[in-house]
Amino acid sequence: MLIKVLGPGCPKCHEAERLVREAVAEAGVAAEVVKVGDFQEMAMLGVFATPAVVVDGVVRCSGRVPSKGDILGWIGR
Amino acid sequence: MSELKPLQPLDLGAPCACQRVQAGQEPQPTVLEDRGVLVRRVGLGVLLLVAWWFLYQSLAGLAHFATYSVLGLAQGAHLAASVEFFLYDTPKVLLLLALVVFGVGVLRSFFTPERTRRVLAGRSEAFGNVLAALLGIVTPFCSCSAVPLFIGFLGAGVPLGVTFSFLISAPMVNEIAVVLLYGLLGWKVAAIYMGTGLAVAMASGFVIGKLGMERHVEDWVLNIRATNGGEEAPEPSWAGRLEAGAMAVRDIVGKVWPWVVAGIAVGAGIHGYVPEGVLASVMGRGAWWSVPAAVVIGIPMYSNAAGIVPVVHALLEKGAALGTVLAFMMSVIALSLPEMVILRRVLKPRLIGVFAGVVGLGILLVGFLFNVIL
Repeated sequence: MLIKVLGPGCPKCHEAERLVREAVAEAGVAAEVVKVGDFQEMAMLGVFATPAVVVDGVVRCSGRVPSKGDILGWIGR
Repeated sequence: MSELKPLQPLDLGAPCACQRVQAGQEPQPTVLEDRGVLVRRVGLGVLLLVAWWFLYQSLAGLAHFATYSVLGLAQGAHLAASVEFFLYDTPKVLLLLALVVFGVGVLRSFFTPERTRRVLAGRSEAFGNVLAALLGIVTPFCSCSAVPLFIGFLGAGVPLGVTFSFLISAPMVNEIAVVLLYGLLGWKVAAIYMGTGLAVAMASGFVIGKLGMERHVEDWVLNIRATNGGEEAPEPSWAGRLEAGAMAVRDIVGKVWPWVVAGIAVGAGIHGYVPEGVLASVMGRGAWWSVPAAVVIGIPMYSNAAGIVPVVHALLEKGAALGTVLAFMMSVIALSLPEMVILRRVLKPRLIGVFAGVVGLGILLVGFLFNVIL
């Protein structure tokens, strides 16, 4: 599983990344978490509000920090 | 610009196709369970609102009691007046802030950036500028989102000038600025700020659109077409919306309260100790050059509304003119050096210059206008 956390590096984006990493550790799933700060790549993914979380190519949330419950739902727990 | 793009239906209540697909894929919470949560939250909300009202009503009495009976300060002294002012204003502004942030938090759950983009796509100018500035108030927006949002709007066919109207209004005209101005300086100043802020956003976007600056956007941005994009989340329930409001209160009030306390403390402190009119010769109405000076100093500076309103309060208190101070506040919030550095990734230098110039000029006019008429 490939999880991308999109954001240029503001506090909210860091918060989102932290929660995603925690959720992955908690769920015990094999997933690679990547931080994306490049605007061109964000645009290619169709994201225009950050922070955003993309799981295996599907935009799960954008423009808000997701809750850990949300993330656990997306990664299948 | 004519409306070349097929317009999406404007029915904001209907979920879009992608949201319906999503709703089919994920197990939805049962309606009954959700209703139970909603009833409990509404009940709690009503209780809190009643408590809020009683607390708000009794603040003046409590502040008076605390100052003269608990602390035992003498009536009529400078110190006592300052302490009472502080004890009254701090909880008042914080209570107002909590209530308004909650309301705006709930309201914003109806307006996603996705929806705003759909509403603005293919809009003609003028009306599009007005709509974009108004949507800038209610659309959730984090300033670090400015660049992705800019790309997403242009890619979906939102005209350049309309996009700018949104990007100017979103950070500048927000609930924190308006509540703080209302709490510290009264509803007139808050209304003037909101009205002129919207006017600057609308007019600046319109002018930038008329200048035909599209070729000064970086080429790769123009080549990106909007894909499906955005959040494919199901429409939140009412329980979810109330939770969003509560989260906003925790998030924003939790971050902003030290600024409010510091600002009111400064205001209360200098109230009695710094002579009135100290700034009148430098920043008063007579000194016409103070408006451009305020804008030039304010543009590279960056602060959010919570940080700048206490400063504004202190400046006004000591004799600075309202127009000068409003111009300073707007240029600090709306334009900043860090923002321009980030915008350089998508805009060529000339467009950044035009953007700063047009917005700066609009703010300058606001400053002069209020120094003349008030």
